[in-house]
Amino acid sequence: MTSTLGQQARTSPPAGRPDRRAGLTFKHKLGRLDLKYSPYIYVAPFFLLFATVGLFPLVYTFVVSLNDWNLLSGPGQWVGFGNFVKELHDELFWNSLFNTISIFLLSSVPQVIAATFIAVVLDQNLRARTFWRMSVLIPYVVTPVAVALIFSSMFSPEGGLVNHLLALIGVDPIAWKLDTLPSHLAIANMVNFRWTGYNALILLAAMQAVPRDLYESAELDGAGSVRRFFSITLPSIRPTMIFVIITSTIGGLQIFTEPRLYDAASVTGGGAHRQFQTTVLYLWEMAFQRQNFGRAAAIAWILFLIIVMFGLVNFLISRRIASADSRVVSKRAKRKLQTPGTPTPSTVTASPDTADAGIAETDPAHTHTVTTDTQ
Amino acid sequence: MTTTDARARKRKPMGMSRRPGFLTYGILIALMLGGAYPLWWSFVVGSSPTSVLSQDWPPLLPGGQFWKNVAEVFDTIPFWQALLNSIIVSSVITISVVTFSTLAGYAFAKLRFRGSNALMVFVVATMAIPTQLGIIPLFILMRQFGWTGTVGAIIIPTLVTAFGVFFMRQYLVDVIPDELIDAARVDGANTISTFWHVAVPAARPAMAILALFTFMMAWTDFLWPMIVAPQNPTLQVALSQLQSARYVDFSVVLAGAVLATLPLLILFVVAGRQLISGIMAGAVKG
Repeated sequence: MTSTLGQQARTSPPAGRPDRRAGLTFKHKLGRLDLKYSPYIYVAPFFLLFATVGLFPLVYTFVVSLNDWNLLSGPGQWVGFGNFVKELHDELFWNSLFNTISIFLLSSVPQVIAATFIAVVLDQNLRARTFWRMSVLIPYVVTPVAVALIFSSMFSPEGGLVNHLLALIGVDPIAWKLDTLPSHLAIANMVNFRWTGYNALILLAAMQAVPRDLYESAELDGAGSVRRFFSITLPSIRPTMIFVIITSTIGGLQIFTEPRLYDAASVTGGGAHRQFQTTVLYLWEMAFQRQNFGRAAAIAWILFLIIVMFGLVNFLISRRIASADSRVVSKRAKRKLQTPGTPTPSTVTASPDTADAGIAETDPAHTHTVTTDTQ
Repeated sequence: MTTTDARARKRKPMGMSRRPGFLTYGILIALMLGGAYPLWWSFVVGSSPTSVLSQDWPPLLPGGQFWKNVAEVFDTIPFWQALLNSIIVSSVITISVVTFSTLAGYAFAKLRFRGSNALMVFVVATMAIPTQLGIIPLFILMRQFGWTGTVGAIIIPTLVTAFGVFFMRQYLVDVIPDELIDAARVDGANTISTFWHVAVPAARPAMAILALFTFMMAWTDFLWPMIVAPQNPTLQVALSQLQSARYVDFSVVLAGAVLATLPLLILFVVAGRQLISGIMAGAVKG
């Protein structure tokens, strides 16, 4: 309706003056209504859907967790925080939490280090740049289910490739599916396989935003490549690195597919002795095998709080680093004003990319913005 | 001492533009082989008889049984139905996420309205919320409505993502000049036609990236489809059902893994460049 009006206004000849003014005021009114209310119409679908399928379930999980609630018979008695108390006293819950954090650490720590290394290798004047970038991303197109199945066979105790290779260098066969640490290592390997190249590309983007003349002046001052990496590259990509760590934390604490499919023989999922049962796997077992929705909902909420806590800790750390960075940057800027064009070794030591100033004292989301700006 | 220094400086005035040496390419080739090897292994075992894994030495080259194993995959799981389900699920989710994210992202980026800041903070805050922890109420609801086992039940929880809105807003804030919107308004265009004729064309590259990653996310999802519709599986769920037996026939399982990887491999060949620029633009994680 408004659009036809708009067209009329554009095409109508500017002849009759009072006529035109009347049209304008009407159009004006409509236009103001349009300007005032249409933004809400644009954001409404998102918020309505998100409230229904994202937020409501989370809140309702809390309601479920306060009840004795069976999968089949539905809500029973109100038990208050009884389910939470039960979980916090359940050895299986703590076992799952231990497994989750163990697998998470085994996957994220080596992964960030390897991704940084790969990014450094890619951050050179390579021939066929796109080809190499694509090649480190190949594992990403293998879905987690396929990765789990493939690695399950490679780590298989019978005829598995890994034990055969180990035998070549004289290592006795390892019970990759039965023992706790080996099974954690194998599962962490699946995560690393799929995500290292991906994270390397995120870090590469951050590295490419570092001004090249920074490296050149450092080189002129006699800083070797290792020194340049620790003094220039690492401080410059820190916000992006924090982003990578936060996202892999949120994902890592919810790991499910890999441990679920790692050993087909275990019915509950997570191994014969639950030696690699993660918390989401435990939640799934509680809900759909033991059919106790109340306790499963309590597990979901405890895990939710743990994830939020990890996120907050990350947030606070990154905030402190960011504000420390901005102080260094402003100091450096001042020094630059005093002695233009002569970088001294000491300025090189504390030389985060000036773009860092932009993310000073902000939330984790802004680390994201930094990467958005780089390409 | 000083002269060699000076000469060294003269020889390489552009420190970083030097071509890297063989070591670099050696590392890159090793990485590529390492990344591709599990797929190769999958094809080697998937094309061999089951007995190949009980030999003294694991196989290194493909056998001649791929199609026989594939036939067994087709006998065990409803492969084509699962493929169709995955295509439907991923496409609907992608269209929905991209549409609603672009609309909301445009409003947040370019329109002034009361409460926009607070709402945007809300979006950013909810980005980190692990929505998959809401599976229990979602399952209760789906069963109440009698939707379990349907493709719709798989789709519904991911119709919108907070990340999508955030991503589109970040992109549109910089890419559309405010003057352009004012000019359209002066010309008599209302907000919806401004959106259609100014915002959408400008947003197209970001929409493509968001679509690509949303599709990947929906395609690889496992937990929710497995819970709500195991009897009407997506490709990932069907693939997992290949090994649900007590005795696992890895030849068949890995032949299935190869088949299930093909669609994304094709997508990778076609849209790999966009995938890379998306990741490097800070597009999507997880």
